[in-house]
Amino acid sequence: MSAPARTNASGQAALAFPAVMLAAFFVVPFGLMIAVSFFSREQGGFYTPVLTTANYQRFLSWFFADILLFSVGLSALVSAVCLTIGAPFTYLLSRLPRRSQVPWLVAMMAVLSLSEVIIGFAWSTLLSRTAGLSNLFVAIGLMDGPEAWSPSFTAVLCGMVYQAFPYSILVLYPAFSRLDPSLSEAARTLGASPVRAFFNVIVPSLRNALVATFIIVFVFALGAYLLPQLLGRPQHWTLSVLITDQAVYQSNMPFAAAMAVFLVASSLILVLLSTMFGGRREAK
Amino acid sequence: MMEKLFTRLFFGLVALFLATPLVVIAGVSINEKQSLTFPPEGFSLGWYAQIFTDEGWRSALFTSVLIALGAASLAVLIALPIGYALWRKTTVFGRIVQLLGVSPFVLPPVITALGALSFWATIGSYGAWYTVVISHAVFFTSLPLVTISLGFSTIDREVTEAASTMGADNRQILTTIVLPMIAPYIISGFAFAFVLSLNEYIVAYMTVGFTQVTVPIKIFNALRYGYTPTMASISVLFVAVAVVVFGLVARFGDLPRLLGAWSDGGQK
Repeated sequence: MSAPARTNASGQAALAFPAVMLAAFFVVPFGLMIAVSFFSREQGGFYTPVLTTANYQRFLSWFFADILLFSVGLSALVSAVCLTIGAPFTYLLSRLPRRSQVPWLVAMMAVLSLSEVIIGFAWSTLLSRTAGLSNLFVAIGLMDGPEAWSPSFTAVLCGMVYQAFPYSILVLYPAFSRLDPSLSEAARTLGASPVRAFFNVIVPSLRNALVATFIIVFVFALGAYLLPQLLGRPQHWTLSVLITDQAVYQSNMPFAAAMAVFLVASSLILVLLSTMFGGRREAK
Repeated sequence: MMEKLFTRLFFGLVALFLATPLVVIAGVSINEKQSLTFPPEGFSLGWYAQIFTDEGWRSALFTSVLIALGAASLAVLIALPIGYALWRKTTVFGRIVQLLGVSPFVLPPVITALGALSFWATIGSYGAWYTVVISHAVFFTSLPLVTISLGFSTIDREVTEAASTMGADNRQILTTIVLPMIAPYIISGFAFAFVLSLNEYIVAYMTVGFTQVTVPIKIFNALRYGYTPTMASISVLFVAVAVVVFGLVARFGDLPRLLGAWSDGGQK
């Protein structure tokens, strides 16, 4: 009768290594970052452990309120665009035979795994004057001369949608592929058009999954740290870009940490909200 | 009929959106002269050769691959015991460790990067080569964790119970039944972590940015201090690596299932 007890014990002992690794290299750095956000800046170094709230006070200004508002607005827009295109796309994808889904899934994962540096480089080239799309439009007579479309807000938006779109597909995919196919068949049999069936039957039955995905993609977009910098002008910089800038180029770790703590807090609240929606869906 | 046509058109537009930026950098990468023009002028594969002949690019590629191999292996070593322990018995502690494994990936990457920077700078290892391996491993643990947990959930309890009844001990069950059954999931998780580590910029930059040059760091520097078609050719190489790796995962595993679809082909 000691066998099951030994079994459980050995299972739990396995957790020791992962727990130590994650505590030492995720929890401790994370806590340290929070601590640093309350420390003073040291010129030429990282920080001196003298407690201050100056980093947070500096954050309470119109300049940063502006950046915060822009970051939130941009991420919400990116997420909305991704979902508007991604939801019908994932629905149609999930109804293809498995064999035909695979190349699409491989493509989505390949694009998703691409470095932000590569995506930024590709889009800035695509929208540039020398190598860009505008040359194509000139060639077919739609435009008089090539134009530079980057840096601009549109360029930032395109790059960020490009990065977040595969992510939204992969987040939506489980919900759509587990959807009972008889649901839309029933709607079709009762005379609904495919578009009506999608909006009146599919969307309501996945409402919570869609809301959860919106939040998850929103947080993902909030994390873009290079695209606004590579494809936009300084007024298009987001909180993530500013954190990188403060930490690396201005070497003001404490201030960067304070902004990061703020970013984490807002992301966490949103992720919790999304699991609330996700949880309700599972409970149903 | 209309529906099919609409689906085709819609899928075509999405494919166009996904492919266009990559087609342009592929075009740029075959320019004959050192300029980033599109459509390309002349044809040359010289910029692909440059990846391996140019000292700077070759060493960046080598560094990136070594870091990714180390980080992906370590990520699997962290994820595998978590999956195993939770499969044995779901405990509160196990759940907490699992949550810690998933969190870094869900949070904005800047957070992990900044945490790593504060940590390594404080303990005095800032810039050491192993810092990026460990930080990447922790950052990407969630990928093997997800695939391995899925692998464990496919193991039929009756099989292990039968083995136990026949007198096999835990160790034998683990090595002869459990590990072979989850091996494909371990490999997929490793592959995901490997490709993502290869492409990761910000954590690498904030840990070893001043001592090591990885491919994304080198491309970023080239973006700021001087364009060369080699940055296009190596980007194309990275896209190809991702397609090949995920293609292999799909070839030898069930990709739709790995990504969360039900197992029996959507028939429910």
